Amino acid sequence: MLALIPLLPFAGFLVNVTMGKRLPKSVSGGVACAVMVASFLVAASQVWALVGMAPESRQITQTLYTWITAGDFSLDLAFRLDALSAVMILVITGIGSLIHIYSTAYMHEETDPEYARYFSYLNLFVFFMLLLVLGSNVLVMFVGWEGVGLCSYLLIGYYFVKKSASDAANKAFIVNRVGDYAFILGSLLMVVTLGSLDFVTIATAAKSLPPEVTFGTISLITLLLFIGATGKSAQIPLYVWLPDAMEGPTPVSALIHAATMVTAGVYMIGRLAPVFELAPITLMIVAVIGAATALFAGTIGLVQNDIKRVLAYSTVSQLGYMFLAMGMGAFGAGIFHLYTHAFFKACLFLGSGAVIHALHGEQDIRKMGGLAKHLPITYWTFLIASIAIAGIPPLAGFFSKDEILFETFRHGHQILWVVGVLTSLLTATYMFRLVFLTFHGEERFSVQGAQVHGAGVPGAGGHGAHGHAGAEHPAPVHGAPMHHAPAHGHGHGIHLHDAPPAMATALIVLAIGSVVAGWIGIPHALGGHNALGTWLEPAFTYANCGTPVTTGELAGFAIQNCEPGQDVALASMTQVATQAPETPAARPGPAPSDLIGVTDEVVEEHVDETALELTLMGISTLIAFAGIGLAAFLWLKNRHIPEQLATQFAGVHRLLLNKYYVDEIYDAAIVQPLKSVSTEGLWRGMDVKVVDGAVNAAGYVVGGLAAGLRLLQTGSVKTYAAGTFLGVVAILAYYLWR
Amino acid sequence: MLSLAILLPVVGAILLLFIGNRDGAKDGLIRTITLAVSLVTFGVTLMLWAGFDQSPTAETFQFVERAPWIPAFGIEYSLGIDGLGLMLVVLTGFLTPIALLTSWESIETKVKEFSIFMLVLEAAMIGVFCALDLFLFYVFWDILLIPMYFLIGIWGYDQRIYAAVKFILYTMAGSVLMLVAIIGLSWMHHAATGEYSFDLMKLYALDIPYNTQWWFFLAFAVAFAIKVPLFPFHTWLPDAHVQAPTPGSVILAGVLLKMGGYGLIRFAFPLFPEAGVSFAPLIATLSVIAIIYGALVAMVQPDMKKLVAYSSVSHMGFVVLGITALNVQGVQGASYQMLAHGVSTGALFALVGMMSDRRHTRLISEYGGIKSVMPKLTAAFLVITLSSVGLPGMNGFVGEFLIMLGAFKWDPRLVVGAGLGVILSAVYMLWMFQRVFYGPVTNDHNKGLPDLSFREWAIIAPLAAMAIVMGVFPNAFLKPMEPAVTSIVQRIQSHTSATAHLSAPDSTRSHPPSPGPTAPAGYGGASPLTPASTRSHLFAPVGGAN
Repeated sequence: MLALIPLLPFAGFLVNVTMGKRLPKSVSGGVACAVMVASFLVAASQVWALVGMAPESRQITQTLYTWITAGDFSLDLAFRLDALSAVMILVITGIGSLIHIYSTAYMHEETDPEYARYFSYLNLFVFFMLLLVLGSNVLVMFVGWEGVGLCSYLLIGYYFVKKSASDAANKAFIVNRVGDYAFILGSLLMVVTLGSLDFVTIATAAKSLPPEVTFGTISLITLLLFIGATGKSAQIPLYVWLPDAMEGPTPVSALIHAATMVTAGVYMIGRLAPVFELAPITLMIVAVIGAATALFAGTIGLVQNDIKRVLAYSTVSQLGYMFLAMGMGAFGAGIFHLYTHAFFKACLFLGSGAVIHALHGEQDIRKMGGLAKHLPITYWTFLIASIAIAGIPPLAGFFSKDEILFETFRHGHQILWVVGVLTSLLTATYMFRLVFLTFHGEERFSVQGAQVHGAGVPGAGGHGAHGHAGAEHPAPVHGAPMHHAPAHGHGHGIHLHDAPPAMATALIVLAIGSVVAGWIGIPHALGGHNALGTWLEPAFTYANCGTPVTTGELAGFAIQNCEPGQDVALASMTQVATQAPETPAARPGPAPSDLIGVTDEVVEEHVDETALELTLMGISTLIAFAGIGLAAFLWLKNRHIPEQLATQFAGVHRLLLNKYYVDEIYDAAIVQPLKSVSTEGLWRGMDVKVVDGAVNAAGYVVGGLAAGLRLLQTGSVKTYAAGTFLGVVAILAYYLWR
Repeated sequence: MLSLAILLPVVGAILLLFIGNRDGAKDGLIRTITLAVSLVTFGVTLMLWAGFDQSPTAETFQFVERAPWIPAFGIEYSLGIDGLGLMLVVLTGFLTPIALLTSWESIETKVKEFSIFMLVLEAAMIGVFCALDLFLFYVFWDILLIPMYFLIGIWGYDQRIYAAVKFILYTMAGSVLMLVAIIGLSWMHHAATGEYSFDLMKLYALDIPYNTQWWFFLAFAVAFAIKVPLFPFHTWLPDAHVQAPTPGSVILAGVLLKMGGYGLIRFAFPLFPEAGVSFAPLIATLSVIAIIYGALVAMVQPDMKKLVAYSSVSHMGFVVLGITALNVQGVQGASYQMLAHGVSTGALFALVGMMSDRRHTRLISEYGGIKSVMPKLTAAFLVITLSSVGLPGMNGFVGEFLIMLGAFKWDPRLVVGAGLGVILSAVYMLWMFQRVFYGPVTNDHNKGLPDLSFREWAIIAPLAAMAIVMGVFPNAFLKPMEPAVTSIVQRIQSHTSATAHLSAPDSTRSHPPSPGPTAPAGYGGASPLTPASTRSHLFAPVGGAN
C-alpha cells in the first residue's frame, strides 16, 4: 500500500509522457489530478492507520527488493511511514492535489502536447518528492532528492525558448549538485562510520558511538549533509538558484519552490535528528546559517519589484526560520513551520499567479495597484495568507513562528532571537508592501497583454517566447472590454477576470488552511496541547527506543549539548520505555526510574517558561503589527517616503536591489576562472601543447629512426630472406649455447 | 558456446566476402545480413547469461574450452568467462547491432568492407573478454586494432588519417610493452616448472619477485592505461572519437575502452598483486586527475563529439579509481560503471551521430532550439544526459556511488577530489544541452529537421531503456559479477594482507558497529589460490626486466 502513494503519480507521469500528445487537455490534466487525489486518499488512509497505532510503534515499512549489493554493502529499496513522513506526505499529496487542480486552469492556454508535458513533469515531481520522504534509507532519499532536482530543472526551464528560463534551470541543477556533492560525501562517511544507511540503524548506531567519534566524525557527517541541505533548501551560500527559479510557471513555484521541494533539507535534518543531536557544533552552524539567511533574504525581499521574486526571497527567509529551529534542536517546531508555511506560501504564490494571470503576464508590482476590487477572491485569500505569514494570531504562521522564536530564546541564544524578531518585522513589512502595492492604491496596470496574447498563442513553437505565455487567457475568455482597450495606459474601467473556479477553489482551500493549520500546534502556554509536537516526537527520537543511552558520559554529553532535544527526548523515552520497533538489535530500553528525576525538573521549569513564552508571544505579535503598520505608512499613505529613502540611501538601495551582488561575485570568482583555466590552461595548454607535444615529439624521433631503418627496407626478397635466415641462426645459436 | 559467439561474426564476415557488391548494388542485403548475424550473436551472449551458473558453489570460470594451439610454447586456445567477462561479452553483443544500425545512413561507401570490419571487430572483442590464455588474449587484443584502424581511417571525417595513426601508435606502444611482459611471464613459468605456459590460472599461481613484478605491472598497466584512457595517456581519444564514424565511436567508447579496465582487473592487479598495491596510489591519483581534468576540458569544448570524448576520460577515471581501491565495492563499482558507461556514452555518440547525419556538423554553436524542431530526439538526449550525469535511479549513479564508497574506505581524500566530477558532469552536460536544445531556433538550417525515424528509435530505445533498467535493478548485473570480483579482490588481498593500503580502513576506523566484511566462501573453482608465502624463492634471471 505504501508504495502505491508514490506509484500513483508515477503512473500519471507515464500516461502523460507516452500518450500525452494525443490526449485532449481535459484528459491529460484530468489524469494528472486524479492520480494526485488518489494518492492523497491512499496517503490519508495510511496515516489514519498510523494514528490507530500506539505512539511509539507508529511505523509502517514496506520493502520492495534489495536495490544495490556489493560485498558487505547492501541496500533495500524500501519505504517507511512514520509520524514525520506522515506529515510530509499529507502536505505533498494534499497541497500537491490543489496545485494540480489550479494548474488545469492556469496552464489552459498551452497546446495539448505542452499541457501534457507540464503535467507529466508535475506528476513526476510528486513521485520523486514522495520517494524522498518515504525512503527508508539515505540513498532512496537521495534518489528522491536528486529526482525532485531534475523535475525542478525541467519545470524551471519549462518555457525553454527563453534563455533566462534555461539559464535558471541550469543554475538550479548545478548549484544543487554542489550541495549534493557534500551530501554524497556525508553519506559515504556515514556508511563507513555507522555501517548503514538505513535511518533506524543509523540512529541506533550513532547513539552507541563513543564521544570522541561523535565529536569529530559525526560533526563532519552532519555538516556535509547540511551543506547538501543548503543547496536544496536555498540557504546561504547556495540560495542563489531559488529567486531565479521563478522563471518557471507560477504553480510550479508554489508546489516545488515553496511548499515541498525546498523544505527537503529541513525534512532531512528532522529525519536524521538522532544523528544531528549528537553534533552540537553542526546544530549551532545550522542555527546561525538559518538565522542569517532569514534576515539576509528578508532585506532583499524588501526592495524587489517582481511579485514572485518577493515571494521567493520570502521563502528563502522562512526556510531560514525552519533551519533556525532545527539548529536549536527544536525539530518539532521546524517541521511545524514547514507545514504551516506550505499552506500560506502556496496560497501566496497561487494568488500571485492569479494576479499575473489576470494581467497577462505582468509581474512588476510597480505596474499593479488597486487590484483588490477587480480580483476580490485573489485579494482576500492573498490577504489572509499575508496575515498568516506575518505572524498575527490566531493564524497559522503565528503559532509555528512563535514556537521557533520561543525555543531560540529559551536555549539562551538571545542574539539569534533578536535576528528572528527582526526578520519577523521584515516579513510583515515586505509582505504588506506587496499587498498594498499590488491590491491597493492607484491602478497602475495597463492591458497591453491583450495584444501579446493575440500574437503569442497560435505561433507554433513560439510558446514562451515572451515572458509568461502560460499566464495568458485565450481570447474568448477575456470578453469584450479587453479588446476595446488594448493599449490604454491605465486600466480604469477595465474588467479583469478573477481566478476561474479551479484556481479559486485552490486559493480558498489554502486560505482556510492558512487560518486553521496552526491550530493543531497550539502551545501549552495558550491552553493548547501542541498536538503536532507530541505526534512528531517519536519520529525524532525513535532510536532511543531500541538503544539504552548506555554510557553515562554519553548521555550527559548529549543532554548537556543538546538541551533542545532534552525534554523531547526524555518525554518520549518515558513513554516509549522498552518498545523496539523493527530493530533487530533491540535491547531493553532505559530504566524509567533513571529519568523521572530529570522529568520533574523539566516540569518545574515549565511553569516559569509559560510566563516567558507568553511575553515573547506578545512581543512578536506587536512586532508583526508594527511591520504591517510600517508598510501601511510607507506604501499606503506616504508613497513618496520610500522613494525618497531610496534616493537618499542610493548605495544601500542598489546593493539590496542587486541582491548584494552575490551572483556577480560567484560568476567572477568561480565560473569565469574555471572556464578560462579549462580552455587556455588545460585544453589548449596541457592537452594540446604538453601531452600532444610530447607525443608528437616522440613521433618525430621515431620518424627519424625510421628514416634510418628504411634503408634496410630495400624491397628485395633476397635481402629479407637473408635477414630471416640470419635471425633464425642467431636464435638457434642462443638456445644451443645458453 | 564461447567459440560459437566468436565464430558467428567471423562466419558472417566470410559470407559477406562472397557477395559481389559492384557499385553498392547489394548494400541493403549486406546490411541486413550483418545486422542479422550480430543479432544472432547477441542472442548467443544472452544464452550465455541465461546459462551462467550464479549459485555460490559455481565455478568461477564457466563455459571453459581448451585446445592445444602451439604446444611447443604451451600456448592454448583456452576460453572461459566469469561474471565480469560475461557482462562485458553481453555488452559487446548488445552494442554491436546498435552500432551497425547507426551506420545505415552514415556509412554510404564500401558498405561490404565496413560490414566485414565490424564483424571481425565484434569477434575480436568477444575473444578478448573470453581468452584465458595470455597469448590468445594478446592476439585478440591486437587483431581488433586492425578493423578499428580502418574504420577510422576509411570512413572517418576530415583528419581521419592523423587520428587513425595516432590511435594505432598509441595503442601499439602499450601493447608491445604488454607483449614483452607476457613473454617474460611465460619464461618465468618455464624457469619455475620447466614448461612454457600462457595459461592465466597457472600464471596466477606464479610467485614473482617484487622487482620483476614492478616492471611487469608497469608494462601491463601502461598498456591498459592507454586503452582506458587514463590521464596523461588520453590524447588519442578525442581525435579518434571526433574523426571516427558514428558506429566506430559507439564501439570505441562502448566496448574498446572497457578492455583497459578489464585488463587491469583481470591481469595487471591479480598477476602482480604486490606491485599493483604499491602502484595503486599513483594510479588512483592519476584517475582523480582524469576525472576532474576530463570534465573541465569537456566543459569548454565547442564540438559535441569532443565533449563526449572528454567526458569519457572523466567517467573512465572513475572506473580506474574503483579498481585501485582493491576492495569489493570499488571493483564492483568499476565493473558496473564500465557497463553503464558503455550504454550511456554509446548512446550519446549515437545521438550526436543522428544530429550530425542531418546537419553535417557537430559544433554546438551550429545548433540551438532543437527541442522545438525534434522533440523526440530531445527527449531521448535528455534521458541519456541524465544517465551520464549519474542521476540516482539511472545507471550512472550506481557505479559512481560504489566506486566512491570503495575508494572512500581506502582513502577519503580521493573521493573528495573525484566527487567534484559529479558536479562538473552536470555542468558540461547541461550547458551543452541548453545550448543545443533550448532557446529559439536561430539557424535556418535547423528548421524543419526531421525527428527520429523508426530506425533511430530502434537504436535509442534499447539504450535508454537499459539506462533506466540498470539504475532501477542494478543487482541483476552486479550479482553475476560479484563472485568473480570477490575472488580477484581476495587474491590480491591474500598476497598483500600485510600492506597498509588494504588494511587502512580497518586500522583507522576501529569503531564501526557494522558487521565486518562478509567472507564469501566457495569461490574455489578453477582458480588455484596459492598465496605467495615466501619471498626467498628466486627464479632464473629474466631477460630485459631490469
